[in-house]
Amino acid sequence: MKTEVAPAPVLPAPVSTGARSGSRWMDRLFRLLCLAGALAVGVLLALVLWQLLKGSRLSLHEFGWKFFTGRIWNPVTEQFGALPFVFGTLISSLIALLIAVPLGVGTAIYLTDLAPMRLRQPLTSLIEMLAAVPSVVWGLWGLFVLMPILRATFYPLLQKWFGFLPLFQGPIYGIGLLTAGVILAIMTLPIITSISREVLRSVPNLQREAAYALGATRWEVTRIAVLSYARRGLFGAAVLGLGRAIGETMAVTMVIGNTPFIGASLFHPASTLASGIANEFTEATGDIYLSSLFELGLVLLGVTILVNILAQIMVRAFTTAETRRVA
Amino acid sequence: MKKILTRILMAGIGLIIIGCSEKQEIAQAQTLINGAGSSFDNPAFMMWKDAYAKTEKGVQINYQSVGSGAGIKQLVSQTVDFGASDAPMSDEAMAKAPGKILHIPVVAGAVVVTYNLPGNLKLKFDDATLAGIYLGEITKWNDPKIASLNPGVALPDTSVIVVHRSDGSGTTFIFTDYLSAVSHDWASKVGKSTSVNWPAGVGGKGNEGVAGQVKQLPGAIGYVELAYAVQNKLPVSELKNAAGKFVAPSPESVSKAMDTATIPDDFRFSMVNAPGEGSYPIAGASWVLLYQKQADAKTGKMLVNFLKWCVSEGQKMSPQLDYAALPDSVQQRELKLLETVTY
Repeated sequence: MKTEVAPAPVLPAPVSTGARSGSRWMDRLFRLLCLAGALAVGVLLALVLWQLLKGSRLSLHEFGWKFFTGRIWNPVTEQFGALPFVFGTLISSLIALLIAVPLGVGTAIYLTDLAPMRLRQPLTSLIEMLAAVPSVVWGLWGLFVLMPILRATFYPLLQKWFGFLPLFQGPIYGIGLLTAGVILAIMTLPIITSISREVLRSVPNLQREAAYALGATRWEVTRIAVLSYARRGLFGAAVLGLGRAIGETMAVTMVIGNTPFIGASLFHPASTLASGIANEFTEATGDIYLSSLFELGLVLLGVTILVNILAQIMVRAFTTAETRRVA
Repeated sequence: MKKILTRILMAGIGLIIIGCSEKQEIAQAQTLINGAGSSFDNPAFMMWKDAYAKTEKGVQINYQSVGSGAGIKQLVSQTVDFGASDAPMSDEAMAKAPGKILHIPVVAGAVVVTYNLPGNLKLKFDDATLAGIYLGEITKWNDPKIASLNPGVALPDTSVIVVHRSDGSGTTFIFTDYLSAVSHDWASKVGKSTSVNWPAGVGGKGNEGVAGQVKQLPGAIGYVELAYAVQNKLPVSELKNAAGKFVAPSPESVSKAMDTATIPDDFRFSMVNAPGEGSYPIAGASWVLLYQKQADAKTGKMLVNFLKWCVSEGQKMSPQLDYAALPDSVQQRELKLLETVTY
């Protein structure tokens, strides 16, 4: 069937009358403003990087690569090494992810597929309220409420059942890597849940219907049709959660014990990059000391960027072309 | 209705504008003096600036409690009129400043040892035991060294959890100054500073962080400012001083320590482990730092007058905040030093 398409109307060529050039000038201005906004982010990042490099010039010169592998942080003898802080940051963030990702994705699956329609909005609002709680409040709650409970009930059980693993050996202080990981998990849960929810909602219903048509059970539908389709987006949610966990300062500094530590026991107090800087920056006297703290900031920025790059590489490795369409 | 509301709104805005402009006139007549530094004497400065404003209307004191290190930095870069520090500046630090800096002690306080044990126990410690605990050598509460100082007290068989400051602080400086003075091991292994590499224990941020962790961890021991311990009703231990007597921390025992301590003319001194029967061993002062040659004559004179007031009249209010008042002899010497300020 041939459909007749009317020929496109011929518009008169643009003439530089007052009204016409006025609107073109505004168009250009608008584009310029948007471009400036987009570039501003890059400029800001560059400025931060430049300031950190400028501030840490002294300790970069003094310690070189030894800073990244050094284990001693001694302001009196002016020996500084970042390794214990990197260790604390990575381990507490990892624990947080291990707890928050299954919980968050599970909650997201429940909210999109399984929950009764009436419960969906209230539950979503409830979880998003967790994100509204200030970081300091989480720290106080963790120190005065959560830590005593964990210390009295959960940690001794862990030590009893899994004490053969070096992870759960050693004295139970209460504050330490594991408690910090739990608090971070609670703080990253809202981000992971809400992004996962959006990602899962954007999976086309056709996928689910096709799986049901092939005779899959509910869990199989979720696993095969939904999760594998949304893999990249869920990964993105986890990376965003990780980004928050790595940079979290106040809540962590109250429950982690602030002792530079590298070892196997999860119950032992440790220190993270962010909490180390927050603790010592205002009172740091001495040029090398201050410079080393700047360099800790540089390391923190570096760790964040590295983790993001690694995540991107893993996403590309584990997803196929079709699933990349989501998120 | 709309018209009435609009009129009320305009009237309100008008009143606010008039009010603001009046305030500006008053503010312009006052001289502003800026200071920054230690949080140890922040309560004192807050109290003093209000009291001083009642006697001297023409000056407004502004103090920022940003920490001793930041205070010294701002003084050296001349963004504030005076700094406040819990540790005297070293010779190298003073050499870097653009002018000669005077140290004026304004408060003296005590660092107390607090603990978390069941049964409302009253404990005593001495220098070797404290050093041993903080070095991580004494690990149990019923260790014979602690038990011998506390006969008759039922010490439990729990581990000692050492709590220290995770942030740099004048309280840490005074505490480590004391431990370095009484223990060779400590002086060689750790040293004294506002922030050190602690051989054992966990860190809390601020006096409140240390107190919070001591309260939450059974078997914990920690050090906090006297004012803090009193206001939070924390158990406080008695310490054996250099004369061999057990002394409880109080403004009086800190004053006695200051009486017997050797104070040089430039007032850069340490008063830990002071001799004297009634002296409390872990005591320290906090200094105001200012340039001997003041850049601006008007602000300089007002600053010196304020400081003269702080070290004389202001000392009468110190015990309210659990600081020790400076002894009279020290006050006289400080007033003489303030006379040497040039403009």
